[in-house]
This record gives sequence, structure tokens and C-alpha cells, in this order.
Amino acid sequence: MNDMTLSAHRGDVSDVAPGSNYESGKTLAARFRSYLIGLVLAVGLTCASFWAAQTHLIYAPGFSAALVTLAIAQMGIHLVFFLHITTAPDNTNNVLALGFGVLIVCFVVFGSLWIMGHFNHMTMPMDHVTHMPE
Amino acid sequence: MSTPAITLRLPVTSPAVKQAITAPLEHPDATGHGEAGPASKRVVAGFGFWVFLISDIVMFSAFFATYAVLRGNTAGGPTAAQLFDLNNVGLETACLLLSSFFCGMASLAVEARKQALTQLALLGTGVLGLIFLVLEMREFAGLVAQGAGPSRSAFLSSFFALVGCHGAHVAAGLLWLGTMMAQFYAKGFRADISRRYLCFSLFWHALDIIWVAIFSLVYLIGAHT
Repeated sequence: MNDMTLSAHRGDVSDVAPGSNYESGKTLAARFRSYLIGLVLAVGLTCASFWAAQTHLIYAPGFSAALVTLAIAQMGIHLVFFLHITTAPDNTNNVLALGFGVLIVCFVVFGSLWIMGHFNHMTMPMDHVTHMPE
Repeated sequence: MSTPAITLRLPVTSPAVKQAITAPLEHPDATGHGEAGPASKRVVAGFGFWVFLISDIVMFSAFFATYAVLRGNTAGGPTAAQLFDLNNVGLETACLLLSSFFCGMASLAVEARKQALTQLALLGTGVLGLIFLVLEMREFAGLVAQGAGPSRSAFLSSFFALVGCHGAHVAAGLLWLGTMMAQFYAKGFRADISRRYLCFSLFWHALDIIWVAIFSLVYLIGAHT
């Protein structure tokens, strides 16, 4: 019984607070480099977004999708390098809370756009309807 | 559970590291998964604040949804493409991103318990945040002056609500930052002050994430179409 308790305990890991990575055992220099990498990647993605907004090289109907993709990528960079959210077992609670938040955000944003898109279509002004081809 | 089992247990992380920030620990062997007592206060406080931040992001998503639905309803007034100045937005973005980086530097300085470096990094964080806020206020004042205030159209109401809500968060964060600098100065690197700073750094980084969504989805897409 004692052995089992011991091994179960050793197999488990302590939780880590979000935003905290001093538990990782990395040196200060390594953690400084991690912040620096995060900054460089974030600046790169920001520049890419601003460049995409001012160039005509991007296929126009795909423009919004390109910017949304860049924004999501940059949010991921911030989460990993600045907030130290990882996929390690000590981060399970943090990731689960974040995942639930993302689910609700998707419901609210896409649900609103979907419903209001239909609503606008259904309540189109009458002069529009009368000029519509039969 | 017999006593020998407890005495045999090895510390999960090196005690020196844990003691540095979480001391005094009530349950040094706690994993937070129900073994050996509750998780440390740092984990509990950090996780609790993380849940608050996520609920704050859910609130922002409602403002984003409102803006996305109403952005075409300009009521004959100016459109996003006519109003937004991307140079100003780029400057604001640079300020907030660097501010977030300085906040990370302050986290490292807090862990290393260097008072001067902590104060300097926090000052950098605050000054950049303040410049961001001034740029935003100037933009808002300019919009109101040219008759594009929040009462002009549904588009502008939702725009001011969303971006203004983020600005209000930054302003509150700056006040919090000032109190953190004072607490580190007056009370030193105590465990409870470090926990408060952990929560502040989470708040500040989360605001930067929300700004990423604002500059991409509101300003860049708005200026393009």
C-alpha cells in the first residue's frame, strides 16, 4: 500500500499557475531568450498583418480570412511565450479553462453573426424585395 | 495513511526554488490534484485570476460580436475606411507589444529579486502603456471633433464601446501597475506581493491579446473594406 501511494505520487506533477514559469527549472537567461523569441515572432506577425492590409497581392475575398489567421497565430504566440501556457500535464487546468473560454467566445461571435445575418436577410426593406427578380 | 509514507516522499520541485516565491508553504508536497493537501496559494490565486480573465474575454467577445454585426450600419455617416488612421494604430500596437515585453522582463526581475531592475522594467511597462492610452485618447478626440462620435451611427457606437472598453482596462491596469511598484518598493519581494504581481502580469498580457484582435479585426479589416 505504501509503495503504491509513493509511486502514484511520484507519477503525478504539481500544477503550475498560469503566467508563471519559474518552476520550469530553466535559467533566467533561457527564460529571457524565450520572451525575446516571443517578441520577435509577435512583431513579425504584426508586420505581416499591417503589410497584408496595405498590399494588393492578396486575393481580395480571402483578405479577412488571412487577417483572422494571422491574428489567431499571434494570440497563440502571446499565450505560449508571454503567458507560458503549455500542453504539459502541469498546465491541464489552465488549458481546460482557456478551452472553455474559447468555446463560449466562438458561440457568442459566430452565433451573433449567423443569427443577425439571417435576420437582416429576412427583414430586407420592401423596395429591395420589389426590385428583386422573380 | 501511515506516517512513513509521508516522510518518504520526495519534494516535487526543488525546495529552494519553491521556497523562493511561495514560502511559507502550507503543503509543500501538494500537487493540486488532491494529494497531500490543497495546491499552493500561488497556483490557487493564479488559476482563479486566470478564470476571471477568461470571463473578461467572454465579455469582450460580446462587444466584438456587436461590432461585427453593426459595422456596416453607418447611417449615412463616415465609414471605417474613411476614419481609421493605420499609422496611429501601428504606433499604438508597437507601444502595447513592447509594454507586454517589459512586463515579462519585470517578471524575471521579480523572480531574481532585483529591486532596481523590477522598478525600471515596471516603469517601462507603465510609460509605454500611458503612451498607448494618450494615442487612443487623441484618436477618439479627433473622431468626435470631426462629427464621428459614438452617437453618429450604430457602427461608431459599437466601435467606441469595444475600443473604449479595452482602453478602460488599460487605464485600470496602469493604476494597478502604480500600486505594484509602490508595494515592491515598500514591502519588498514578499510571497503575497509576488502573487499580486503574477495576477497583474496575466492581466497585462491578456490585454495585449485582446488588442491583437482589435487591431486585426477592427482597424485593419475596417480600413481595407
